[in-house]
Amino acid sequence: MNAVEVTGLRKAYGTTEALRGVSFEIHAGEVFSLLGPNGAGKTTTVEILEGYRNRDAGDATVLGADPNRAGGEWRQRIGVVLQQSELYPNLTVHEMIALFAGYYERPRDVDEVLGLVGLEEKRDARVRALSGGQKRRLDLAVALAGDPELLVLDEPTTGFDPAARRAAWETIRSLRALGKTILLTTHYLDEAEQLADRVAVLRDGKIVAAGTPAELTGATPATEIRFRRNGEEVVLHTEDPTRVLNELTGEALAQGLELEGLTVRRPTLEEVYLSLTEGEA
Amino acid sequence: MRLLPHELRNQLRLYVRSRELAFFTFLLPIVIFVLLGSVYGEDKIDGVDGSSYLLAGMLGYGVVATVFAGLSIVLVIRRESGVLKRLRATPLPAPTYIAAMLVTFLLAFGFEVICLILLARALFDVPLPGRPVSLALVLLLGAAAFSALGIGLAGFVRSAEGSSAVVNAIYLPMAFLSGAFFSPHSFPDFLRAIADVLPLTYFIRLVRDVMLHGEQIWSEWESVAVVAAWGLVGLVAALRKFHWEPRETA
Repeated sequence: MNAVEVTGLRKAYGTTEALRGVSFEIHAGEVFSLLGPNGAGKTTTVEILEGYRNRDAGDATVLGADPNRAGGEWRQRIGVVLQQSELYPNLTVHEMIALFAGYYERPRDVDEVLGLVGLEEKRDARVRALSGGQKRRLDLAVALAGDPELLVLDEPTTGFDPAARRAAWETIRSLRALGKTILLTTHYLDEAEQLADRVAVLRDGKIVAAGTPAELTGATPATEIRFRRNGEEVVLHTEDPTRVLNELTGEALAQGLELEGLTVRRPTLEEVYLSLTEGEA
Repeated sequence: MRLLPHELRNQLRLYVRSRELAFFTFLLPIVIFVLLGSVYGEDKIDGVDGSSYLLAGMLGYGVVATVFAGLSIVLVIRRESGVLKRLRATPLPAPTYIAAMLVTFLLAFGFEVICLILLARALFDVPLPGRPVSLALVLLLGAAAFSALGIGLAGFVRSAEGSSAVVNAIYLPMAFLSGAFFSPHSFPDFLRAIADVLPLTYFIRLVRDVMLHGEQIWSEWESVAVVAAWGLVGLVAALRKFHWEPRETA
């Protein structure tokens, strides 16, 4: 059973078409990442799935229900981290999590959630005393409090320092291990590459690529060969790396030279993403 | 409404911890009453003891400071900060949330009323209200009408930063013109004309008639009707203009 099924989603704001026929599916228990530049329609898509926006056309089924018609029962099973939201500044971290936990029928233990996001030391700190990154972690904690089946995270690690980002990735991995389904939008390609089972790239309201990160990077034929010759950086892209390497190394050896700093690599997800989203539509 | 006790506990905690809110809506009317009472308490205003006259006026000021201005500002702040939007994705029903907020502000107003009446008794020898049932009904009517207006107003205020300025610019002049602090009898005609349209004028008139002249609420049906009608205006505005999402999006 798919956790999320979206077909032919269309949404326009006035005369601007934000979504022009978006289709994808999210399998239960996987981490799915939606990528795309600003204005591509990521947040619109996510807000339609969360039930905040009405779609103009197409179908959306989230945990077996239409988000627009879903009631309190459905909301028991979903946890949401918005792109921007403040919490109550005068509550403590513990009180904040306990408050939201109380809205659900089968919440997680508050201290356990504190541990999952790494805010144990800040248990009794007021929300207004937290740093930006800590507030984001609290946002995630609040979304986890109800122990939802599906988590929708809109750019959840924005503003995190690298250590906090790694910690957040660990949290997401452990949630996946618990069987949760996670929809993640992010600008951080390394995050998508590290966490996502499958990704979809959204551009100008349409999906331009979808699949596992390996499928996306594998689909691009060119391999990059990079080295320094006479102090100058040389970068080559070729679809026939074995033969080109052979020629290069053969030449160098014959002349008694070294190909300094030689690297041979496949494009990263970031490069694939940039090639998909930059330039002419 | 199963979640009402849980959310109510939260709202009460939020109210008490918000020092600015608690000061302006709860403490300030009490402070002003004590100050004005010390100055004018011994005088006669419109034929009655100054302190009694002022007590009635302060009940009027208190109701707009708390359930109108305070509630409105808090609602705008919570909407603009994204808290309401966040709550919409949880199983907490919207009516439960609104009810919890309303009850909190009504309790704050109720507590303030008791404090004002007891202070008036202790400091200025103002007798306890002779028509407690009528007074309670009048206060309830005013609280209902002004909280509806407060929620309605929140729908028209776009930004959290401006909310305090806009709401204060509405309710403070209204308190002055409606006779909360002194008698409107000496006003020039054009100010009286404005006062005659304001709901607070009629509410304060009701309070004064019940507290000072021993009237009962059902003999004041004109004032009751005006306050109730304004309450309906507020209700319509609230239902039509209420938003869960921030109005100012980047």
